[in-house]
Amino acid sequence: MAKLLDKQRYKCALGAMQTVQAIHRALPILHSGPGCAQKLSDTIGSSGYFSPNIFPCTSINEKDVVFGGVKKLNSTIENALKVVDADLYVVLTGCIPEIVGDDSGEVVSRFEDADKPVIYAPTAGFKGNNYKGHEQVVDAIIEQYLKKSDKKQKGLVNIWADVPYQDLFWLGNIRELEKLVEELGLIPNTIFGFNRGIDNINKIPQAEFNLLVSPWVGLGNMKKMEKKLGIPYLHYKTLPIGATETSKFLRAVGKFANVPEGKVEAVIKEHEDYYYYLIERYADLFLENRVINKQFTVVADAQYTLGITKFLVNDLGLIPAKQFVVDDTPKNYRDEIKEEFKQLNYGIEAEVSFETDGYKIHEEIKNHDYHGYPLVLGGYYEKEVTENQKGNFLNISWPVQDKVVLDDFYVGYTGGIRLIEDIYTIAVQRFN
Amino acid sequence: MAINLSNSNVATRENRIGSITGYVGTLKDLASQSECGTLKGCSRCFSQSSTCLSTCGLGQLSAIRDVAVIHHGPAGCSVAGANAYYMSKVMSKKRGVTSNTVYVGTDMNENDTIFGSTETLRNVILEVNKRYSPKAIFVSSSCATGIIGEDIDSIVDEVKEEVGVPIVAVHCEGFKSRIWATGFDIADHAVLQEIVQPPREGVKTNKINFKNFFESARPEIIEIFKNFDLEPVFLYCNSTVEELSHLSESLATTCICGTLGNYLGNALEEKYNVPYVRSINQCGIKGFETWLREIGKVTGRSDKVEKYIEEQRAIYIPQIEEIKKELTGLTAVLGMGPGYTFEVSRVLDELGIKVVWALAWHYDKKYENGDVPPSMKYLLDNDIDFEASVADQQNYEVMNILNKYKPDMYLSRHPGSTVWAIKNGTPAIYVADEYMIFGYKHTLEFAKTILDAIKNRSFEENLAKRSKLPYTDWWYQQDVDTFLEEAK
Repeated sequence: MAKLLDKQRYKCALGAMQTVQAIHRALPILHSGPGCAQKLSDTIGSSGYFSPNIFPCTSINEKDVVFGGVKKLNSTIENALKVVDADLYVVLTGCIPEIVGDDSGEVVSRFEDADKPVIYAPTAGFKGNNYKGHEQVVDAIIEQYLKKSDKKQKGLVNIWADVPYQDLFWLGNIRELEKLVEELGLIPNTIFGFNRGIDNINKIPQAEFNLLVSPWVGLGNMKKMEKKLGIPYLHYKTLPIGATETSKFLRAVGKFANVPEGKVEAVIKEHEDYYYYLIERYADLFLENRVINKQFTVVADAQYTLGITKFLVNDLGLIPAKQFVVDDTPKNYRDEIKEEFKQLNYGIEAEVSFETDGYKIHEEIKNHDYHGYPLVLGGYYEKEVTENQKGNFLNISWPVQDKVVLDDFYVGYTGGIRLIEDIYTIAVQRFN
Repeated sequence: MAINLSNSNVATRENRIGSITGYVGTLKDLASQSECGTLKGCSRCFSQSSTCLSTCGLGQLSAIRDVAVIHHGPAGCSVAGANAYYMSKVMSKKRGVTSNTVYVGTDMNENDTIFGSTETLRNVILEVNKRYSPKAIFVSSSCATGIIGEDIDSIVDEVKEEVGVPIVAVHCEGFKSRIWATGFDIADHAVLQEIVQPPREGVKTNKINFKNFFESARPEIIEIFKNFDLEPVFLYCNSTVEELSHLSESLATTCICGTLGNYLGNALEEKYNVPYVRSINQCGIKGFETWLREIGKVTGRSDKVEKYIEEQRAIYIPQIEEIKKELTGLTAVLGMGPGYTFEVSRVLDELGIKVVWALAWHYDKKYENGDVPPSMKYLLDNDIDFEASVADQQNYEVMNILNKYKPDMYLSRHPGSTVWAIKNGTPAIYVADEYMIFGYKHTLEFAKTILDAIKNRSFEENLAKRSKLPYTDWWYQQDVDTFLEEAK
């Protein structure tokens, strides 16, 4: 049901055009109003090989609303294949064609014999947010493009993480996850970012298993691949940030993939040695600054709220105030995610609220006793409320206005160090 | 025009003033066809995405201080709220004021498209009113709510008394018009309907309404206007509802962009006899002087204006003439809204730069008063002609043109457009700030900026060398009008 979306944190399902955009040489074709792509794009970091302002679009008008837009969709796909050089064309439908009843699937099926693959994902804005839209696009690839493979490549593992572009650090994170998995002697396969595209999609069916690193996004895709392609999956709920969580992550992946324990522990030791070399040098900053207090709040999607909470508690010894998950997590996943917030050192449990109403979140931040300056990691909306409380604010979740990220990341050992750098860069700019 | 403020719907630019988005030909042909009424825009059987009129309409309204915009639709429509929040914070901070403007959505889902959600909308309006006590409330539709027939007008009427501040329905269905500038008219219409009041009796003022986007030249214009004993009221960025309620009392209305200010200017003139300054805009030398003189004429301050022009000419004209020597002979392609394309073409001509092709993102055959836009008229009167097309930011057409003409520069005003030119190896100048070519001073700066852009082409070359363009060879061999179809 409709609700008050005050300080909104996500886009609609059609926002999945960014998921397509993240696959190199994959082109979204929008069957939607003329301005949907522009609205759903991010103003910076979008000028790649394709950019939202060149996505082919049927630009539905009043006549199409009355008479249907299938003819326009047909000519748009037909000419997109001629004009734009892509490896994969993904037709995404917006609100209008789905309300007026255009049979977009039928139009797309006319292009089955085209030189390049054309697939279709129903992503009407009212069907859900862009987290759901992301899953719809991956589903479309599984259902309409991939075929089961009898041949498996030894050690090949498909890695899936959260939503490109919605996640500021998507590119850096997925590359770092690849590196970590590779160090265990496995062969990572991902479909997003530089030099990852149709060839990687083609390799998906040959993988020995899927690795999903996300509290909930993509779980449906994993089940679908298990059923259709016979690929088992490991669902690792916590985005591993910092030494404690990354070592746990490596052990879990190693165990699932039957990597010898000795090898896993050797990888962990090398990383932890360097990590604590850095931490030891900067422990003075963590202990002896006058502005970072023990209590913190994260306002982000499930992956960062959970991942950062575990990092700050288990690695840096901070104490969680209330945490907020703002991605409209489907109700059936919430209890399991809540349980994860109880898996913290010293039996510490973080209270977590699934809340999409920013006003209520701000009221809770204002009313919480942080015993000093609050540390708030959140969307741009939390900047003012934190500053009004003389707190420290870091913009880590959408919307982002305070940070430019090209390929920085927070995942893994190195990612933990990067997050520490960001937090304390804020801290050193002030004195009490 | 006849504006009807008793209805919350505004006719689209296509229907009201015959605006088009598809044409390829020459400037003279475009103008003569519009004058004799034979101009029919074309549609395209292939197009790339452009802009939603709600972005323009609600972007304008959410720039007003301490108001609430309620965007009734799926989360993708109200996603503009995130940027509106940011803009409202940074723009008010820059000006040294505060704004608590909120822009919320209703996160409409599939059930709502079947059963409707006007009850939720009513509760949302009341809750937002309770939380933020806005000075005015704008309730907007979206494509989805428009098609299923949500009656936002009735809801607005029903809660009017309870909220106790101006509240108005704003019809922003994105499919209504391919011309996003229709959104500007929609915003003006909403402001005229519920906020602007008839002039108070006995109030004397030296105020002049100045419609612009982001008021970057505000301090400078205030100083200029002091010379004429005029006080500009900038709209809508950082406006207050109180200020807007008195727009009908001003001496005149002027604007930085005809496309932006046309509806409000004409409506204030028609309804409240506030003269609308109709002239070429303030870009370049001729534009600045013509505009100032028109203001002098309309407000009875011609002597003061002439004195100012004389002083300023002495300072700037020699400098502009000097730099013109270095620019003469360069070629340019430009792509902008029609409120700028033909204005900037004139300035490029003044600077000695030859326009080889001009794209306007749309074209208004006539302005609300029935005249051909002044910027067009000027070019025709001065026998300036070049190839021209009308395309709603169709980048593949721009790239086709740049590839054929290989100009020395591409000038554009819209996000996401300049990058493509530089990937083609063409230096690009992003004329984003509406005051970038304002008056003598900024015309000089603009000329210098062009020179800088032409001088060091390293960035363009570095990127162009290493990036592959996404368009096929086939497309580059086609005529730019390949996908245009006669409008039916």
